[in-house]
Parts: sequence; structure tokens; C-alpha cells
Amino acid sequence: MAGKKFSRTWLTPVVAVLVAFAIGALLIYIQGADPLKAYQSLFSHAFGSWSGIAKTLGKATPLVLSGLAVTIGLRAGLFNIGVQGQLVTGAFAAAWAGYFIHGLPIYIHLPLALIFGITFGAGVGLIAGALKAYRGIHEVITTIMLNSIILALVDYLAGHVFQEPGQILARTPHILPSATIPKIFSLPSGFFFAILLAYGVWWVFQRTTSGFRLETVGRNKSAAWYAGISVKRAVLIAMAVGGGIAGLGGGIESLGVIGRFEPTFNTGLGFDGITIALLGRANPLGVIPGAILIGGMRGAAASMQFDAGVAPEIVDLILALVLFCVTAPFLAKWLKSTEVGAKITSGWGN
Amino acid sequence: MKKLLSFKWLLTLLLVAITGYFYSKDGVITSSVVSTALIFGLPLALAAMVGIMCERTGIVNIGIEGTLLFSAFVGFFTASATDSDFYGVVAAVIAGTASGVLLAFMSISWKMDQIIAGTIINILATGLTSFLYKQGHTAPTTSQIDIPWLSQIPFFGQVLFMHGPIVYIGLVLIFVLYIALFHTAWGLRSRAVGEHPGSADTAGVSVFKLRYLNVSIAGAVGGLAGAYLSLELVGSWDRGFTAGKGFTALALMIFGRWNPMGALAAAMFFGLTQAITNQLMFSQIVKIPDQFVNMLPYILTIVVLAISAGKVRPPAAEGQQYEKEQA
Repeated sequence: MAGKKFSRTWLTPVVAVLVAFAIGALLIYIQGADPLKAYQSLFSHAFGSWSGIAKTLGKATPLVLSGLAVTIGLRAGLFNIGVQGQLVTGAFAAAWAGYFIHGLPIYIHLPLALIFGITFGAGVGLIAGALKAYRGIHEVITTIMLNSIILALVDYLAGHVFQEPGQILARTPHILPSATIPKIFSLPSGFFFAILLAYGVWWVFQRTTSGFRLETVGRNKSAAWYAGISVKRAVLIAMAVGGGIAGLGGGIESLGVIGRFEPTFNTGLGFDGITIALLGRANPLGVIPGAILIGGMRGAAASMQFDAGVAPEIVDLILALVLFCVTAPFLAKWLKSTEVGAKITSGWGN
Repeated sequence: MKKLLSFKWLLTLLLVAITGYFYSKDGVITSSVVSTALIFGLPLALAAMVGIMCERTGIVNIGIEGTLLFSAFVGFFTASATDSDFYGVVAAVIAGTASGVLLAFMSISWKMDQIIAGTIINILATGLTSFLYKQGHTAPTTSQIDIPWLSQIPFFGQVLFMHGPIVYIGLVLIFVLYIALFHTAWGLRSRAVGEHPGSADTAGVSVFKLRYLNVSIAGAVGGLAGAYLSLELVGSWDRGFTAGKGFTALALMIFGRWNPMGALAAAMFFGLTQAITNQLMFSQIVKIPDQFVNMLPYILTIVVLAISAGKVRPPAAEGQQYEKEQA
């Protein structure tokens, strides 16, 4: 029985990924390249070697967290498209704390830098949450606007105020060794932390009243209100926690992978989070396989271009098709599986 | 209501007075700034029309950004391949219509969540165009048409009658849409479907057909806006070059109370702030970092929404699926 339920839930995402890859193959073929060679290169670089796996897991880390951030929103009936901005803010704040604060031992400096990332990411999420809770402005619009504002802001900060001395590029100085996330067996340790966090979020939704409250608001606002749950509070919490987790993702990226903040390095992570969350059916544990798959594709795209002459943007296209196939009901109907339950549309001013 | 009306006229008078003052000081720059305001504001206004047409019939469209990006892409590369700006514009309108039909299909036939359907259009448009994009192409752009006699009028000539063809088509389209929405049977039916589809259905209006029709026409308008961006305003296409205009348009739609004239006024205000900033930067009166100039429309969007939220009411059936009652 459990097996049947499992296959009903996860058959659609798996088939959606396969269909997207098939359409992608067709497009590669039309462009005059060899799709088999391209995919072989993509997957052998992503999963075929120890260093490839390390790279994949490194790329997957912020994706797990951005997927989680979107998932928390979806559970509470919010569509948080602002994960990109929250993540970038966190990446910047953590990098700043990582290079600016001196003289602390690693066991204080590193957590402190990550807390900076979390706090600032949460702050950005909270702006959209407050605009939603108190002014009734749809979070989709505010978060998209905030994404653009933050992108410009951090570009300015990293290019002028906090720029590395003597540098033409917009980037901050390198973080100190005391703020660098160490590697475990050459694997980025941030990944294991992200997995733990995904489990933690799952536990909160499964076992605690706070999770239940958020979920009730997400399913039916009026019912939640009648039951005495504060909808405003739930919106604020969901946006702040989502933003904090996204900020942590950015922080781990800065302190564990890049070693500084550079505006062009984090683009797209937040939008992949949307695909990952919907692919994982808004289940906190469901984001993990999606993040690993997409992290692998992102990490190996450049090698694929070198081997098979296929533009790395094919990954964007495949991911868009995945999103389409996983949310459109035709696959679910055809496979007689359950559809994504999230119902998130609400008006612009109420 | 009466109070608001007088506020509106006061604001208009104030704007006219300020423009007149600056015109008396420096006619050339003032005319060019106001003309540039129209040039910058028009794509936003057209994109807002897409939103208005969809939402007035009860379909939320957050895929406008994707429609703009995709149709601008198709328009640019068709113009490049055929060496004809006309075919480019036609192709862009067809591409826009296609994206409208896709949205209609997802949100009406498949009954998908409309926010997710719009997001899919955005992400699909981004993925498809960035994969297919090839650098180094050029395309013929539409050329400016000076309307004979009218373009000779001081100030108004340059502001209104010395533009590319899509500006004229777009402006006429917005006025036509306004009249159609409030003074024709089609408009009445559309609004009824957006407010109370059940009643409209009882009165013999086909909710599905009208929603399909309007969302598809809206897509065509979005296609025209896309063509304007790549073939008239910028003259090229680049990844993500629509820069959030499709989302800003939604804010303008709300600020303009789902009314074409209101959205047009809001878009012109946005265009004006950009034109003034550009002029200040150009004449080096102020030095603002580029990043802050780029931020301005987004900050304005949030401020505008924060002001108008709660004071305006969206179409009642917006975003909801309509199920025909079984007899």
C-alpha cells in the first residue's frame, strides 16, 4: 500500500524529467549536435567521478536550500519568487562578515558569518511578507521587484563601497580562513548541513503545531482565521523563515564555494528553487533529489558544451520543460497519479 | 470619489504648469524629455493592457514578462532573417498570440493555478530564447514617421507626432481598448465574465470562449509590445533585456484601477521619471550610480502598490476557475 502511494506521488516528477530530457534531445538534434553524446557528457561529468560528485553536491547545496525556501512558502500558500534576492543578500552579508570581521576563532567567526547571511536573507523575505500581511500586496510582484532592487544594490556595494582594493571587477575581498567552511573528504560539508535542514523542515511540518498552523493557512485562510490562527503572523513567519534559509544558502555558497561575494556567481539559483520545489511536490524532503539532479546539470553544462558543442543554456530549457511537465495536469492524468495540491492564486489587493 | 476626481485634475494641472514652466525655460530639452517619456512609457502601457484584458475576464496573467521577451525575440530574428521590419512585427504579434493561447489553455482548459501557469510562460520563454539566441545578428528597425503638418506644431509635434509606427498603433490601440471595454457589448460581457461568470453564463455568454478570445488578443497586444522593444526602442535583443517590464506593468494596471486610461497615465508617469533621470544624468546635473537609476522603476512599483493597495478592487472572479453547473 505504501509502495503504491509512493509511486503515485513520485511517478509524475520522474516521467516529467524524462519527457523534458526527450524534448531537449530533439532540440539538440535539430541544432545538428548529437544528443546522446551531449547527455553522456553531462551525466559522466556530473556523477561519473569523485570530483564530479563533489562539484555536483557543491552546486546542489544552495539549490536544496532555495528549494526549501520556496517549499515553505508553497506550504503556507505563498509563491516566493524572491528566493533569488534573499539568497543573494545572504551571500553578500555572509561574505562581508567573512572578510570584514577580524580576530575571531573559526568556531565563532564561521557561525557568525552564516548568521549574518540568515538574518539579512530573512530581512528581505520579511519586507515582502510585511507588504503582503499589512498592505495586501501580492508577494509575487513584491518579491520580483525586490529581486531586481537587490541585484542592483549588491552590484553597487560590491563594485564600490566594499570592493576589493585594486580590483576592476565588482567583487568583495576574499573571506578569511576563519570564516571558510571546511571540506569533509573533499566533499563540501555544507551539503550535509542542507540535508539535515531539509529533514528539520520536514519534521516541523509533520510533527509540530507551528508547521500545522502554516499549513492550515496555506490550505484555507478563512478556516485558519476562524480557528484562531493569525494569518498575518503565518505570512510573516513563512516569508522570514524562507528568506533566512535562502540567505543561509547564499552564505554557504560564499563561505564554502566561492570564497567571496561576486554578483554574477549566484544568478539563477533562486529560480531553480521554484522548479525544485514543484518537482519535489512541495515536500521538504522531495527537494533533495531535484537539487542533486539540477546541481549536476548546472555543474557539468560547460563541459558538455566543450565535448558535444551544445550551448549550456539547454539546461535552462530542459528545466523549463520539467517545470511545465510537472505542473501541467496532462502527465498526472495520463499516469493516474496525484496532482500537485498547492493552490496559491489570490488577488492583487486582498 | 468626488474628492479623488478633483485630486486627479489638480495633479494634471500641476503637471501642465510645470511642463509649461520648463518649456518656457528650454523648449528643446523639455520637448525631448516629454517625448522620451512617451517612448519609455509606451511598452509599459501596452504590457499593462495585456494585464487589463486578461484580468477583466478573470484570468491572472503574470506571464507578460515572458510574452514580451519571447515575442521580442521572434520579432527580432524574423526581421533579421527576412530583412524586413514589417515581417518582424507580424511575427512578434503571432508569437505573442501563441503565448496568450498557451496561457489560456493552461489556465482555462487545464484549470491550472494561474500564477504557476504565468510563471511557466516566463521560465519557458527565458529558457527557449537563451538556448536559441545567437549573437551578432542585426535587424532592420522601424523608422520614424513624422505626421505631416501635425509634427510642425511646437512642443506637441515632437511629443506626439514624431515617432515610430508602433507608438502610433499602440496609442490608438489603447484608446480603442478603452472604448471597447466600457462602451461595447464585448466589453460589457468581458467585464461580466470577470466579475461574476455564473451570471454571465446564465445570460448566455460563453465564459470559456470569451476568456480564450480575450487572453489570446491580449497575447497579440503583448506581442506588439515585444516588437516595439526589440525593433523600435532598443533595436536589438539580449537575454533578459525586458528587465521586469512585464511585472511593472501589472503594478501599473493595479494603480490604474484596471482601466486602460488609468494604466496609460501611470505608465506615462513611469516613463517621465525615467526620462527626467536620463536627462539629469546626461546633462551631468546630478551623478547617480547606474545601479540606483536601474532600481528606480522597481522601487516606484512597490511604492505605487503600497499606496494603491486596499483602495482598489480587482475583478471579483480574478484567478478563479469557472465550472459550468451541470443541469
